Amino acid sequence: MPPGITTLAADAPTLSAANTGFMLICSALVMIMTPALAFFYGGMVRVKSTLNMLMMSFISLGIVTILWVLYGFSLAFGTDIGSFIGWSSDFAGFSGIGVTQLWDGYTIPVYVFAVFQLMFAIITPALISGALADRVKFTSWALFITLWVTVVYFPVAHWVWGAGGWLYELGVIDFAGGTAVHINAGAAALGVILVIGKRVGFKKDPMRPHSLPLVMLGAGLLWFGWFGFNAGSWLGNDDGVGAVMFVNTQVATAAAMLAWLGYEKLRHGSFTTLGAASGAVAGLVAITPSGGAISPLGAIAVGAIAGVLCAVAVGLKYRFGYDDSLDVVGVHLVGGITGSLLIGLFATGGVQSDAKGLFYGGGLDQLGKQAVGVFAVLAYSLVVSAVLALILDKTIGMRVDEDDEVSGIDQVEHAETAYDFSGAGGGSSARSTAPATAPTNKKVDA
Amino acid sequence: MKLITAVVKPHRLDEIKEALQGFGVQGLTVTEASGYGRQRGHTEVYRGAEYTVDLVPKIRIEVLVEDEDSEQLIDVVVKAARTGKIGDGKVWSVPVETAVRVRTGERGPDAL
Repeated sequence: MPPGITTLAADAPTLSAANTGFMLICSALVMIMTPALAFFYGGMVRVKSTLNMLMMSFISLGIVTILWVLYGFSLAFGTDIGSFIGWSSDFAGFSGIGVTQLWDGYTIPVYVFAVFQLMFAIITPALISGALADRVKFTSWALFITLWVTVVYFPVAHWVWGAGGWLYELGVIDFAGGTAVHINAGAAALGVILVIGKRVGFKKDPMRPHSLPLVMLGAGLLWFGWFGFNAGSWLGNDDGVGAVMFVNTQVATAAAMLAWLGYEKLRHGSFTTLGAASGAVAGLVAITPSGGAISPLGAIAVGAIAGVLCAVAVGLKYRFGYDDSLDVVGVHLVGGITGSLLIGLFATGGVQSDAKGLFYGGGLDQLGKQAVGVFAVLAYSLVVSAVLALILDKTIGMRVDEDDEVSGIDQVEHAETAYDFSGAGGGSSARSTAPATAPTNKKVDA
Repeated sequence: MKLITAVVKPHRLDEIKEALQGFGVQGLTVTEASGYGRQRGHTEVYRGAEYTVDLVPKIRIEVLVEDEDSEQLIDVVVKAARTGKIGDGKVWSVPVETAVRVRTGERGPDAL
């Protein structure tokens, strides 16, 4: 993905209809990941907060899209300023982008690159929401997304993928978003929950997932969309690298699902549905940074290691007492770190970059670079996200009232409920607000 | 007269109905129920977090019979309901003072 490391034609590139079509499809595949995530998360919460969980992801499609056009794309992928941020006035408002103008050294239009990257910017804040289930005011969440993408996601995307970004220049490999997306979102989730605290009843009340079929539907659609996320990140497929990434995505995900299920069977006695879905997502997360640098056998190793580590990690919240509701830290932060660091061991050289990992004769050099990337994004995102949450908490408040949280955030924040249980005694009568306020018997003198 | 009440596993309903019909029982009442006995429900695991589900689904079958048939009828129900596994349920009987068939006003054994 990063500009400058393409192996495509050395001469001035021309627009490729095949690559452009491929990338438009990949962009659409990445788009479906956000509603898929909504269902993955939505099934895991209790009935009373299903809609809020869906909406916390869905709203990102609205907010981030507009910000991306106005200034996000320019901040992330504009001309580098001090290795920290970008800016190009042509990109702001998409005002100066020509229809046939190609993205830096590639065979696809800038518009295609911009819309592909937009989908990444949308799903990243949506990932954070899983940690905040049941308890955050919707307005505060919408404001949080607005601020967070502006001061965290856009700069970090520039560091990792932008020409001149300091992590990119350092040689940190992040094929499709292990640091920029998953570590970034996982660390932000940890930062926010340290500020806002636990759900009412955490560790006391049962908080079982209300619909595992929804979780499986979401996980399946995430897996499907992830092919666009990963295979599309080479920005074309006329040299076969996108296909390698497609294979590695499938292989690592399969290995991670099996590893998570195996761990569960040994530890808890059952192969659970939630374990299969979670293991698959853990594998997808881990292969995201590494898939362009490793072989399919390496992908099996990366997936299996991530599957077990993430399965272990999700139990830590009970030990440490922080309420990461749907395990964003355990799956995305831990999975992202695992995939990013394992590049330092499993990179074969010669696919995405020449960098070789420890097991392929490259020594510890790449591992060190990966560690810098992991730590820098983790620390920046954790601290800034916690500060943003603190500011919102002290001003408009981050959490709903305790009573509202207990009775259910869907009714309070959205004036809706996910399921109609009126047949079971919860009946309601239809009433329009319009007739109640409209003057019905008033004489009007002309 | 006796009222026989059986709280048993839902999937045994068909066998119990057939057994009762074979015994000559004319009518019965079935309701959905939930509860637990000595085994205390079951445990579910979500990402390693264990939840105990106390109340498990049961059905409750009620039949009115004449005194002399009650012991034999209890045996019929128990035999049809038994799977040998934990949670098979319970059957008991209590005396009934009177019974009336609503349509005709018949009382006592005639109402059965």
